Amino acid sequence: MTPAPQAPAIDPVISVNDVVVSYNGRRVLDGINLHIARGETMVLLGGSGSGKSTLLRQIIGLECPQSGQILVNGVDLAKSTPQDLKKVRRSIGVAFQNAALFNSLSVEDNVALPLREHTQLAESTIRLMTWMKLAVVGLGDAGKLSPQALSGGMKKRAAVARAISLDPEILVFDEPSAGLDPIVAAELDELILGLKRAFNMTVVVVTHEMASAFRIADRMAMLYKGSMLAVGTKEELQSNPHPRIRQFFDRIPDPIADAAGMDQYFQRYLEGSSV
Amino acid sequence: MSTTVVERVGSATLRQVEYVGALVIQIRNALGAMGKTLPFVGKRNRWRSAISQMLAVGVDAFPMVAVMAICAGFILAMQGASELRRFGAIQFVIDLVTIGFTRELGPLLTAIAVSGRSGSAFSAEIGSMVVTEEIDALRTMAIDPVEFVLAPKFLAALIVVPCLTIISNTCGILAGGLFMHFSVGMALSVYFQNVVHSMILRDVLTGLVKSLAFATIIVQVGCLEGFRVRGGPDAVGRSATSAVVKSTFLVILADVGFTAIFYLTGGS
Repeated sequence: MTPAPQAPAIDPVISVNDVVVSYNGRRVLDGINLHIARGETMVLLGGSGSGKSTLLRQIIGLECPQSGQILVNGVDLAKSTPQDLKKVRRSIGVAFQNAALFNSLSVEDNVALPLREHTQLAESTIRLMTWMKLAVVGLGDAGKLSPQALSGGMKKRAAVARAISLDPEILVFDEPSAGLDPIVAAELDELILGLKRAFNMTVVVVTHEMASAFRIADRMAMLYKGSMLAVGTKEELQSNPHPRIRQFFDRIPDPIADAAGMDQYFQRYLEGSSV
Repeated sequence: MSTTVVERVGSATLRQVEYVGALVIQIRNALGAMGKTLPFVGKRNRWRSAISQMLAVGVDAFPMVAVMAICAGFILAMQGASELRRFGAIQFVIDLVTIGFTRELGPLLTAIAVSGRSGSAFSAEIGSMVVTEEIDALRTMAIDPVEFVLAPKFLAALIVVPCLTIISNTCGILAGGLFMHFSVGMALSVYFQNVVHSMILRDVLTGLVKSLAFATIIVQVGCLEGFRVRGGPDAVGRSATSAVVKSTFLVILADVGFTAIFYLTGGS
């Protein structure tokens, strides 16, 4: 499918150019183009299997594309030296879908880990900075706890605290609201907005939660079966007439292939259970 | 589409060659990361992690290694005595137990015990980290997973497995002594005098070199199986089983190699 055209953003901090990704001969991303401006919040939308998580893994440098180019702050991730790649990775903070906290470490040791690994700061300074990051996400009193003792929402917050511990330029969230109740999900949305305002970060969010997407996005990008359907503001996507985009936004299910057969099956089941 | 026998044998061979290649590359990366695990000169908290691994691999394995060595010592002494008695050479049980343990049984039994206990634990731990994206989290934080997860385990095993081997040798030889004392009435002091007489430094050193090689195989195979987990919890379980089977097989294969080198270089 031909990727939807988009106007290149001014001062793109992340540029995805004609990226193609295949797994075992199956094309998962098909010529993706995307430019994310410095300081904006880009939300990647799409159904299950659309390729948004694969695109995210390419952007954060966990995998390389078969063809195409991914530039982060001008650095081509596929062709960079290990030192340049390390520098890029330190400028990106990632909060994974299941938090990915290390169970062998306490919450504060999880958050302090990047500081201990990449700085020469004194331990007392690291502890202070760690407490500050935990306080920002509302977990100032939870530092001594083990990750297993945290609720789902608290784990996500701890993951965010770890992601911001090195004050990154770019913050990436993979399905931040997955598994959370609406109130906690809304609190996490406000946290993301607050972080962006306070630290002027570029934020990339992968989600299919429409309420969160509309709350936090500056621009959205819609993927479908490995292709980019549209990129634009919330208003532009809401008014986009593409059938798949309309179906996604209006929550219309795909028609069942054998609807008549399904009806007959349920009818027989109900008749059998009433005997 | 059915495949011929030649294709199946070929692809299986290629898979094993690829596995050995991946193992060699991992060993090279782990050796390169060892410097950052050492005390005083390494990164903070790495040495602490290595110490906790030493407790897990060494201290926790000590009872099992000791019991296995005592049982093997009794078995070797009893079986050897029943045959050597017919030739009036029962005193050579001492040589049999001493040389048998220092050259072979000590390192081999220790490796089998550590492989079953720790090899499977390493692959399960790392496999779980892969499944829960913790390894991905390390990479996105610009932390090398080999340096953070594998190197402390490797250093711990290199220190602790030779120590366990010495314990295994001691327990096995002691068991032989107890057998000789209770079966033929030999005084323990006489037994240990003969042990010292028949023990050769070359055998002890050979056994310790073997234990270092076995430690390397167990840790590297266990961790490689963990890093290669793809899927869910069932894949983690399969990797633990695979780690024990492969590491035990490679340990025995390495033992054959060491034994061949020993005899080709004039060992008696």
